[in-house]
Amino acid sequence: MATHTLDITKEHCPMTFVKTKLKLAQIADGDILEVLLTEGEPLSNVPRSATEQGYKVLSVTHVEGNIHKVTIQK
Amino acid sequence: MFDFTEEELNRYSRHILLKDVGVEGQEKIREAKVLVIGAGGLGAPVAMYLAAAGVGTIGIVDGDVVDLSNLQRQIIHTTPDVGRPKVESAKETMTSINPNVKVVTYQDFLRADNVLDIVRDYDFVVDGTDNFPVKFLINDACVMAGKPFSHGGILRFEGQTFTYVPGHACYRCMFKTPPPANAVPTCSQAGVLGAIAGMLGTIQAAETLKYITGVGELLTDKLLTFNAKTMDFRKINVRRRDNCPLCGQNPTVTELIDYEQGVCDLASHKN
Repeated sequence: MATHTLDITKEHCPMTFVKTKLKLAQIADGDILEVLLTEGEPLSNVPRSATEQGYKVLSVTHVEGNIHKVTIQK
Repeated sequence: MFDFTEEELNRYSRHILLKDVGVEGQEKIREAKVLVIGAGGLGAPVAMYLAAAGVGTIGIVDGDVVDLSNLQRQIIHTTPDVGRPKVESAKETMTSINPNVKVVTYQDFLRADNVLDIVRDYDFVVDGTDNFPVKFLINDACVMAGKPFSHGGILRFEGQTFTYVPGHACYRCMFKTPPPANAVPTCSQAGVLGAIAGMLGTIQAAETLKYITGVGELLTDKLLTFNAKTMDFRKINVRRRDNCPLCGQNPTVTELIDYEQGVCDLASHKN
């Protein structure tokens, strides 16, 4: 079970979740994806959208400044 | 796998965001090959939406040239296109909407002797024609070749459509043979509200994308009809018939037929 990372701190809605979905499509079932994103829209939308679309959000942790890490299992 | 460029991700973001489509569905759309028969009232919205959606290969068949009287509903063509072959004008609009799609043009009318060669290369066929002989020809060819297709027809304020997938009801399960030539008027004789073409054509485009992506339930074994005067939509259940002359147990239609066209149809082809 591999762990992958994705940095979408430079992206804006809705490309934040589009990029997340692309990465999730590219990894294997059961793999872990760690997504780095900023506060505000990305932080409120990406975990919610991932849950709505059937992915498992394992954790949301603060990294530094306005950057957070969302850990998603495919 | 899933090597979408930044431009594609952005262009198709509203598809990719959909749970039922996603990156996987957009990939299927990009790989798909769809044939649109007719670059007229129905073919115009179908071809434009399929190009916009990023269908990788779109074939378009029409032997006509753009006439001023087409522009009231055939929104893929514009006033400076009058006199140009419809397939050329259509291709130009489609590639300007989305340069990523490959458009293959067939500047010809469909006949018993060319239909199978043309449909062979495609995954799905859209009937956007305006007369019964060709509608039966498309049905017969697609049933014989095992190709799914979307049937569409409009007249005055009304439209009808269904989707054929092998194993389900075909056009001849509903209507055995074409009406006699000139018994039923065509749009060019009876008129049609231009926006009806858009209503019906976009339903056909949606059915095409649903078939490609496998999303939802198609209009198989169902004839959808609407009347825009009252905006009543009806879905009529239809069944594959054992005694269908084409797909039944003892078929009598075993080869492709060029039915006689109405006088007006022939005249309109000369334009």
